[in-house]
Amino acid sequence: MAETLSADNQPHDQTRSIPFYRDERVLRNIAQAVSAIAVFGLVYFAIINFFRAADARGLSLGFGFLDEAAGFPISESHIEYDPSMGFGRAFLAGLVNTLMVSGTGVIAATILGTIVALARLSSNWILQKLALVYVEFHRNIPLLVLLYLWYFAVFQQFPNVRDSIIIGDNLIILNQRGLYLTWPRLTETGNIFAISVMVGVIAALIAFYRLRKTREISGKETYYGRISLMILLGVPLIGWFLGGGSAFSVDVPTIVGFNYQDGLRVTPEFAGLFIGLVMYTAGFIAEVVRAGIQAVDRGQLEAAQAVGLSYFQVLSLIILPQALRIIIPPMISQYLNLTKNSSLALFIGFQDVFGVSKIAINNAGRAVPVFAMVMVTYLSLSLITSLILNLYNRRIQLVTR
Amino acid sequence: MSRKYFVFVILIMALTLVGAACTTGNGDTAEDTTAEDTTSEDTSGEDMAVDGDILARVLERGKLVCGSRTDLAGFGSLDADGRNVGFDIDLCRAVAAAVLGDPEAVEFVPLTAADRGPSLQTAEVDLLSRNVTWTSSRDAQWGNFTSVWFYDGQGFMIANDSGIESTADFDGATVCVTSGTTTEQNLSDFFRQNGMEFEAVIFEETAAVYGAFEDGRCDITTSDRSQLVSVRSGFENPDDYTILPDIISKEPLTPAVPHGDDAWFDVVKLVIYALVNAEELGVTQANVEEMKSSDNINILRLLGQEGDWGYTDLGLDADALARAIAAVGNYSEIYLRNLGPDTPLNLPRGLNELWTNGGLIYAPPVK
Repeated sequence: MAETLSADNQPHDQTRSIPFYRDERVLRNIAQAVSAIAVFGLVYFAIINFFRAADARGLSLGFGFLDEAAGFPISESHIEYDPSMGFGRAFLAGLVNTLMVSGTGVIAATILGTIVALARLSSNWILQKLALVYVEFHRNIPLLVLLYLWYFAVFQQFPNVRDSIIIGDNLIILNQRGLYLTWPRLTETGNIFAISVMVGVIAALIAFYRLRKTREISGKETYYGRISLMILLGVPLIGWFLGGGSAFSVDVPTIVGFNYQDGLRVTPEFAGLFIGLVMYTAGFIAEVVRAGIQAVDRGQLEAAQAVGLSYFQVLSLIILPQALRIIIPPMISQYLNLTKNSSLALFIGFQDVFGVSKIAINNAGRAVPVFAMVMVTYLSLSLITSLILNLYNRRIQLVTR
Repeated sequence: MSRKYFVFVILIMALTLVGAACTTGNGDTAEDTTAEDTTSEDTSGEDMAVDGDILARVLERGKLVCGSRTDLAGFGSLDADGRNVGFDIDLCRAVAAAVLGDPEAVEFVPLTAADRGPSLQTAEVDLLSRNVTWTSSRDAQWGNFTSVWFYDGQGFMIANDSGIESTADFDGATVCVTSGTTTEQNLSDFFRQNGMEFEAVIFEETAAVYGAFEDGRCDITTSDRSQLVSVRSGFENPDDYTILPDIISKEPLTPAVPHGDDAWFDVVKLVIYALVNAEELGVTQANVEEMKSSDNINILRLLGQEGDWGYTDLGLDADALARAIAAVGNYSEIYLRNLGPDTPLNLPRGLNELWTNGGLIYAPPVK
């Protein structure tokens, strides 16, 4: 009797464990381990294989070549560079070019994309359809084709230097070799002014936030708007007079030999890449923004209109702040795409970090380390971009208590 | 808790493995890269044997993979039927005819200038015949350079209406150039040495370089003179452009093979020597069969009728070189067919005459 009782109790007996092959926790752990080993085994194999192959083919993996003279020219560099400098310097010059085009590109694509999205949502039929055509055109044509179109079919077809389009007294000059603008340039004493502008902006921002906070806490009128505006304008004004009142000289493009010199110049290669990238990415951004706006409950819009807010007030106070929460995550990937796509630059003669690297691979033959550098560079750019935007995203998300 | 711990342990294990792989890998390369290249001995893995034995690979595949180009008339381009033709292409066909008995047994891989080196380093191609300049660093890094196939030098092409008359007028000019070439380096050396400034416009694709030049984006374009002649022949108005007489560099254009297989290196060199010797000895595509019964002992040796020119050791047959000549003709025939007076290029042979005619083309005897 006692025996049967204990047999009946068995399933409920906590001390006796289930066999391990039926224990879900053990099985799970085994499955985890097997997949982990498979993944790492694959990675391990790839790495071993790589080093073996590199070894067998005599590929050199060192980074000593970074100091060797690069030997090749770079068409436009925003840092000091000449071919006698090391390859590391050339890489940096390429990186600055990449940053230039993707930094400005991201801003421009966001603005253009938002405008197109608003146009698509507008009640104006023509505007709506135009925006639709824009989006479909740019989303369905490969970027490289667009770049070729802009560079070879548009920018290369501008008049040559002798027949330049000149507006005003050399104010704006447009030819096949670029757009040249008359541009103010800081004089030597101008640095004082430049510093004073920076100081002014920072001081004004600090004053604005601190005084506003004081007002929010104490409710006392602190005139934060007026005071910070005065700082913003006043400090640079002092700097202007300290610098002798001549912070700028006017830089007029003039023809010297074959080309125009001085002034602010935008090369056709930069312009082709910039416009191609911006137009293309804006097509995607427009859809992201539209989706975000449409995801805001319609009742919000109706309520805002019922209260009597104007169109722009509705947009800026009610719709966009809510839409932003939905927009930011997909927007991050658009920004990353733009940055990565900028590596197509080498097809239209703009020398970004990838273009420079490919030249170096050819000259110095160090394919492996150079490709590693390129990958790490793009990876870091992407990670930094998403980190910043993710932090911003966290700030604007709804705080749930 | 325990699961987290478990995953953590696995991670650590994996990282150690990766770390170990990296360190051993690095150590090996530091010692071995230069020493072991040519001996091609490999103790650790069988899969490496394939890279070491290109000749066997070609024979097994029944096809020669030839790195080439399709965008340079005369040297490597496509004819109206889409067939690869050109001075560099004919060498690939000659090698295929010698090794495989069929000049059509070639797979042509079009490469940009910047892709040439890596394709050779990774042994993606068996033979790179794509007007590559032989330099010491490329020889060390890329592969083995066989024997100069075309002696060239870098020159400049200008538009006649640019106002440039000689290289003295170059200061401040814009120059279109192909990226990843010796051209690019020579260009900046030239301007630097002469204390002049220039602005480079750099493309990877040859077509883009000359397209931009023809459109007027640049005042000057620069490359090997043979290439400039070839490109100009394809311009809409070739007479509007002048190639300046200045030559600023030595450009020995040389086919190359990947590192690691001495026999394969020898085979390609031998084919080149045979084509040059054939010209010297008056053996042509048309008369190669009847020359097999010639009374000139050097011809008999070249065509494998007498003695052994090395074929037994290389694992080829006696008729291999004769087949190469029968497939594409001798050096002079290849030159005339692709670059001679009957072609749009009309390149004088100059340095590429036989040594007996005052040129540099000279090959060791085949015997």
